[in-house]
This record gives sequence, C-alpha cells and structure tokens, in this order.
Amino acid sequence: MTAHPGLIVTRGGRTARITIGVIIMAALLLAATPAVLGIGASGRAVALLVYILLAVMWNALAGFAGLVSIGQTLFFGMAAYTTIRFADAGLDPYLAILLSIALGALLGWIVSLFMLSLSGGEFAIGMWVLSSLAHLSVNLDPLIKGETGTSLISLNAYDIATRSALTLWLALAITLVVFVTLVALLRSKTGAAITAIRDDEIGARSIGVDVMRTKRVVFVLAATGTAAAGALWLASATNFQPRAFFGIQWTAYMLFMVLVGGLGRIEGAIIGAVLFFLIETYFGAFGAWYVIGLGLVAVLFALLLPKGLWGWIGPRLPGEAIPTGYLVEKSRS
Amino acid sequence: MSFGEFAVLQDISLSVGAGEIVGVLGPNGAGKTTYMNILTGALRPTTGTVHLLGEDVTKLDTAQRCHRGLAQTHQIPKPFSGMTVFENVLVAVNHGRSAPAHDPISVAWTVLEDTGLAHVANRPAETLGLLDRKRLELSRALGTNPKVLLLDEIGGGLTDAEGDALVDLIRSIHASGVTIVWVEHIMRLLLEGCSRLVCMAEGEVLADGDPHTVVNSQQVQVAYFGASA
Repeated sequence: MTAHPGLIVTRGGRTARITIGVIIMAALLLAATPAVLGIGASGRAVALLVYILLAVMWNALAGFAGLVSIGQTLFFGMAAYTTIRFADAGLDPYLAILLSIALGALLGWIVSLFMLSLSGGEFAIGMWVLSSLAHLSVNLDPLIKGETGTSLISLNAYDIATRSALTLWLALAITLVVFVTLVALLRSKTGAAITAIRDDEIGARSIGVDVMRTKRVVFVLAATGTAAAGALWLASATNFQPRAFFGIQWTAYMLFMVLVGGLGRIEGAIIGAVLFFLIETYFGAFGAWYVIGLGLVAVLFALLLPKGLWGWIGPRLPGEAIPTGYLVEKSRS
Repeated sequence: MSFGEFAVLQDISLSVGAGEIVGVLGPNGAGKTTYMNILTGALRPTTGTVHLLGEDVTKLDTAQRCHRGLAQTHQIPKPFSGMTVFENVLVAVNHGRSAPAHDPISVAWTVLEDTGLAHVANRPAETLGLLDRKRLELSRALGTNPKVLLLDEIGGGLTDAEGDALVDLIRSIHASGVTIVWVEHIMRLLLEGCSRLVCMAEGEVLADGDPHTVVNSQQVQVAYFGASA
C-alpha cells in the first residue's frame, strides 16, 4: 500500500470473505421467507432478527464497553410504547416504528448523560430502576389501560400478507444497517478504543482514550438497536401489554444469548441468538421446563465453555470472521 | 527550566528538568505508587499541585495529561489482550496525541521497530512473555509521543540479563529526548539507568542527587537496608 511506505497492511482475508457470503445468503433466504414459507414463518423470521438485534446490542454494551445493563428493556419497551402512541395519533405504523427508533437514540443519549457516571452494579441496577419507572409510567397512560394493553390497530390498513412481508423486510433492513454500523464502528479508530476499554479500562485511559465519550457512542448505539428490536417486536406481535415488553425475561434472554455465544464477540452474539431461537422454536412449548432447560444450558456453558461457543470456534478459524484488526508486515523490496 | 513541582504526601516537592532521567527509589510502603498515581492523574492530591511543562495539570484526568505529553507504564503490564501487539500501539498513536499523526500505521510500526517488537507485531498481545510485555508497555507509551515518561517499577520480575536489555531500551528512549521519571525498588537498574536519584521513605524525600552519592548516604542506607552504621 502506498499510504504506508514499506508496509503491507491487510484487514480481513478469506475467512472474512466467506463470512460476508454467508451473511448475504442468510439475508436473501430471510428476505424470501414470506414468498417461500408463508406468513407464519415470516413471523418467526422477525423473531430471529429481533433476537439477533438484542444479542448484538447487549454484547456491544456489556462485552465491549463493559456496561452490564439489566434494564435495556427501557429502550425495548419505550420504543414499542411510542410506536403505539404515534400510530394512535394517526401516523402510518411503519413510520411510527422508524420515528420510535430515532426517539430511542435520543432517549439513549439523554440517559447516557447521567447513567454513565455510574459503573458496575450501580449502573446495572440503575438501568433496571429506569426501566421499571418507564414501565410504571406507561401503565398510567389511559390509552394503555394498565396491564390490559392495546394493539397496533392501524397495521390493519395493510392486508396480512403485505403486513408480515413488510415487517420482515423492515426488520431485515434494520438489522443489517445496525450490524454494518457496528462493524464499521469497531473497525474505526473509536472501535479500537472500545476494544481497548474492554480489555483494560485503566490502560486505555493512560494512553489517552476518552473513555466517557467512547462508552457514550456504544451506549447510544445499543439504545437505538434495542429500541428498533422493541418496535419490530410490536409490529410482529401487534399486541402491546407493558409487561410483555418491559418484563425481566428479556434481560435474561439477552444475557443467555451473549454468554452462550461468547461475550465480546459479534460473531458470538449472533450464534447465541440463533441457538436461543432454535431452543425456543423446539422447546418453547414446554412452559416452565423450557425456562429451566434454558437455565441448565446457561450453567453448562458457564462451566464447560466459559468463553461461549465463539470462544471455542473463533481461535480454530484461519482468520477473523468479522475482521476488526490489522495484519502488518514489511513489504519485500 | 522547570518541568514542574510535585508536592505530594508529606510535603514532598520534586522538580524534574527537561531531558533528565530521574530514578525514584524507596522501600515498600515509601509512597512510591501513591506518588506515581498523583503524577498520572489516577489520584487527586488533597493539597498541592502537579505541573507539566509549565502548565498546572492538577485538575486534568489521565487521558488529558496524556494528550499534553505525559505517558506512563504500569507496574503490572496489562496489554489489551484481545488485540495484536501492533494494534495495541496503534490505539495509543490514534488516541494519545494532541495532534493526530499523519500516518498512524507507519508511526506505530516505527515504534515497534525501535522497541524491538516488530517481529511479533501480529501476535496476540496476551501471548507475549514478561520482558516483551514490558517492551509493549513502553511501545504504547511511546506511541502517544510523550515528552515525559513515568515508569512504574518496570524492572520487577526480570532476570539480570532482561533487566540489562530493558535499561538499554530506556536509555535509548531517553537519548531520543524524552524526560524520564523512573520509580523502582531495584537499585541496580536505577544506578545503571539514571543520572539523578531520589530516595523516598515513609512519604518523604530522604536524599536527592547523584545516584552513587545518594545510595551511599547514611540515611538511605538506614532506610533502605535497615543498616545502622
């Protein structure tokens, strides 16, 4: 490369090209779901994308910025709620979703102004408190009628086939945009700072990394992605009951997906989400036993594969699947 | 020219001039680490001030001091374990400078060549042995283009030969124009590396001056070796 005289710099090789191929294939398959597999499958595909969004975002927050939040349901639930509100005010439901995502980003930025000065357990619990406050406030809204809830009725303007296809494509587009944004961020100068903070916050400070600013970037991105997941979940479920969106079970799912997949790796979060999706698909009908099973799986992973699935797979690949690093060598001349 | 006046602990006041290489020696509990933390900004002094290049930096945090030319190495080297050696240095080049480097990649590479780590540039940093980890600490610090470098017990845990290699590297960094304050409890390294020695004990400066004179002074002998003459 001429930009760096005497050096050859590479970022991503064959493994990365294969990964891009796999992602494009998966995206095409998902996009074709409504035509090939029908409405029911489209709904499941949206669920998969929502899980991926949630896992990737929670992982960015906890795995990279070291911010373990048990209250990301704040953004998930609020986005669903504002979507209901915007739609009730006469907005097209899909426009309402997009607007709610933007509002989620704004909410993330506002919350970051005071929450990021907390750390560790204080931050985790603080986020949960904020989420509970939001949950209670939403319950007070006469439109929601406490836990009775309401529906995204205006979706009926679209017939069911159009609606399920539109929702899926929107979910796919948003997931891809969020994913590409995150990868681009991690490959940037800020991304290296994020990774440095993940590995050693004090060390990062001592070489001049602005830790607060860097964490804020991740926090706002995670808020936005999680808000998108909430609005999309509403579009798929159509029914809004506060408990179903602000409930602690979502936090448990996020934790499960990221820990099983591998904390601190985007690939791990995606694999964790897919695994969670499969477990839910095949065992979700078993009620309490399903939840117990999830817990057992989590415990087994913590004991046997503490770095998660990707912690085992990643080092066995010939290169980075999602390349964020650099390989440098002297050019032979 | 004075680099600053560091008033710490029990009325400690120490100025380091541009281009000096000063060793700070002291037994365990002498307050070396506290002193170091006040200089880097990890701790705020209850009273007193820290000046860097004539500027009062007492209220600035570690990252801001770094941008103004103060770099440090940590007692226990902790490389960014999820990155390669090269990436570790690249972060420092990208974030540690007040004025961005024109070509950060080439700068990071040059630093690694200077510190003797270029041949392991693409290795995961966590696979390095102790001496190379210390070299990486130095490389990261150098990546920020420092004017003053604080070394916190960088010699600990090394064999004699490794210690000598480290002293050579530190001397060459000093020769390139970096002012160095080196806190250490291994006297031999400071005697080989420094042109001025400060001995601390129980939060006070016992002696300050030519390394051999300081080491041979009565108070230092008593404080450091417990010898009564």
